[in-house]
Amino acid sequence: MIDVKDIIKPENLVFKKSKVLTDTPMHYCPGCSHGVVHNLIAEVIEEMEIQETTIGVAPVGCSVFAYNYIDIDWHEAAHGRAPAVATGIKRLMPDKFVFTYQGDGDLAAIGTAETIHACNRGENITIVFINNGIYGMTGGQMAPTTLEGMVASTCPSGRDHARDGYPIKMSDLVAQLPGTCYVTRQAVHTAGAVRKAKKAIRKAFENQKRKKGVSLVEVVSTCNSGWKMSPVDANNWMAENMFPFYPLGDLKDE
Amino acid sequence: MGKVRGAIVVDIERCKGCGLCVVACPTDTIVLADEVNGKGYHYAKMGNPEACTGCTNCAMVCPDSCITVYRLKPEKSK
Repeated sequence: MIDVKDIIKPENLVFKKSKVLTDTPMHYCPGCSHGVVHNLIAEVIEEMEIQETTIGVAPVGCSVFAYNYIDIDWHEAAHGRAPAVATGIKRLMPDKFVFTYQGDGDLAAIGTAETIHACNRGENITIVFINNGIYGMTGGQMAPTTLEGMVASTCPSGRDHARDGYPIKMSDLVAQLPGTCYVTRQAVHTAGAVRKAKKAIRKAFENQKRKKGVSLVEVVSTCNSGWKMSPVDANNWMAENMFPFYPLGDLKDE
Repeated sequence: MGKVRGAIVVDIERCKGCGLCVVACPTDTIVLADEVNGKGYHYAKMGNPEACTGCTNCAMVCPDSCITVYRLKPEKSK
């Protein structure tokens, strides 16, 4: 019989926390998708060996403290303005890898104009878009991406399109623009999905070397606190309700 | 024929007891402990260490990156 102590040895190591992640414990709620995506970005940066040449642009929202967790250079942008800030950084330092990390309140609401125009100009940046259909940080209010019928604190009887309009598919929107070269929608609810999402993020970073335009990776995520569910229930709810409206897969790959 | 053997080490103080690893584990190795950590969360641990194959699924879905995975090389795991 092999004892567990005989397995836990450095030569048998197959997975550990990325070196690019700091040791600061994340402030996110238990089960939040942000942590998984942070880890994926850190792993991609570590594998590509670009820790010294990557500049991230942090958003406003729950992930505003992203600069505390991923050990690279960061810039904080005003709410929604991350693609505009990233544009400036990339134009001044075209050899750096520049990415923005934004939630749906940031990218799809107040930053719609910046997002669309950065994509239309074809800036060589990567956008990581976390879409959980809600304003998580401020208390679970309805976001532009909230599904029809979905309950949020500002639409307690569910979103009704007659009163609140329709949910917006930002990735489909920017995939129409000639300035984008890679638009994909991923999720991180299962190990298989996480592996696919990592490949997508890796590709989005590598596209910056090809200088063909914006790469946008949308990650359909959960906000279990905002949705008032357990982390596991939130993942199941997302698979049942979010994926039919936000189907996973590549929307554009040139 | 030896089964592939693995083991996980959970950073107990970093774990928030969200339970996503418990669902992701294909061999039902992981359980949430009855005890709590310093923050009051029921942390994840190996409830059935013999079942672990070191597949890394738990570590992939862990939002707080608190799981380290080890796997014995197949020729040793007879």
